[in-house]
Amino acid sequence: MAIVEAGQPVPEFSLATYEGDTFTQEDLCGATTVLVFYPFAFSPVCTDQMSFYQELLEDFEARGVTLYGVSCDAVWSQQAFREKLGITIGQLSDFEPKGAACRAFGVLHPGGFPQRALVMTGADGVVLWSHEADSPGELPGANLIFDALDAAAV
Amino acid sequence: MRGADGARLVIVYGDYECPFCAAVEDRLRSLALRLAFRHFPVRSSHPRAHAAACAAEAAALQGAFWPYHDALFADQGRLEDPHLWARAERLGLDVARFDADRRSSAVAERVRADFRGGVRAGVATTPTLFVDGERHAGRPDAALWAALGG
Repeated sequence: MAIVEAGQPVPEFSLATYEGDTFTQEDLCGATTVLVFYPFAFSPVCTDQMSFYQELLEDFEARGVTLYGVSCDAVWSQQAFREKLGITIGQLSDFEPKGAACRAFGVLHPGGFPQRALVMTGADGVVLWSHEADSPGELPGANLIFDALDAAAV
Repeated sequence: MRGADGARLVIVYGDYECPFCAAVEDRLRSLALRLAFRHFPVRSSHPRAHAAACAAEAAALQGAFWPYHDALFADQGRLEDPHLWARAERLGLDVARFDADRRSSAVAERVRADFRGGVRAGVATTPTLFVDGERHAGRPDAALWAALGG
């Protein structure tokens, strides 16, 4: 299934947070959000990607954008990943039922992990922009996100 | 910018804690190229990269960017503050001024401007090279080295 596209409503989904909360499509309403789907915590490219986006967090905040990392790892693994990297980007776990949210967004890799993909959602709960890397090993530049923000006039 | 006038320009985005950057820089220097270096420090991967970039810019304010830059890449295992001061001293810089400058907001802004410019140009990892306006992420492959004469 293909990745959700601009103009589509955000699908229904449910993800888990380390704090023990459930994060759903309703939590995306009211602000611009970028969901950063990444294959695996601690894998090399994901490490670089999270570190790199963290470096730009103040620029994203200045645009009123919140980032979340999404993977099929358990919340404990995601938290350990955050602590190891020293990053503050929130993490959402698609652990059980595994990959259900990724499937809803059309970014579940046949191997059972998220494709490396970015989905930007608007305050009204509609997809503003999406991007799937040509391969999971490719790190999408943050310029893609800023260009999409410019295009969406956010 | 350094290298032969009129030679092909290569812009390198790198950080001083990145071993691949050091290796690439070393090889590029042996070629007939003009080289520009821009800072792309990512702190959570390389905790000392930002401090090192600011140190190089502080050295630049005393006319010693490239010697300081080379001294950083030549010894990436020593990037703590005392090592940064020692390099400044060895290069004959005013160390007190160097130390004030490297912590100044002007220098931090300069490094940030490089980083943001890189982001805008699609840089996401180090090293990234720009050759004839085209972006090459990661270590150059054999074809790129051949094109650069190396």
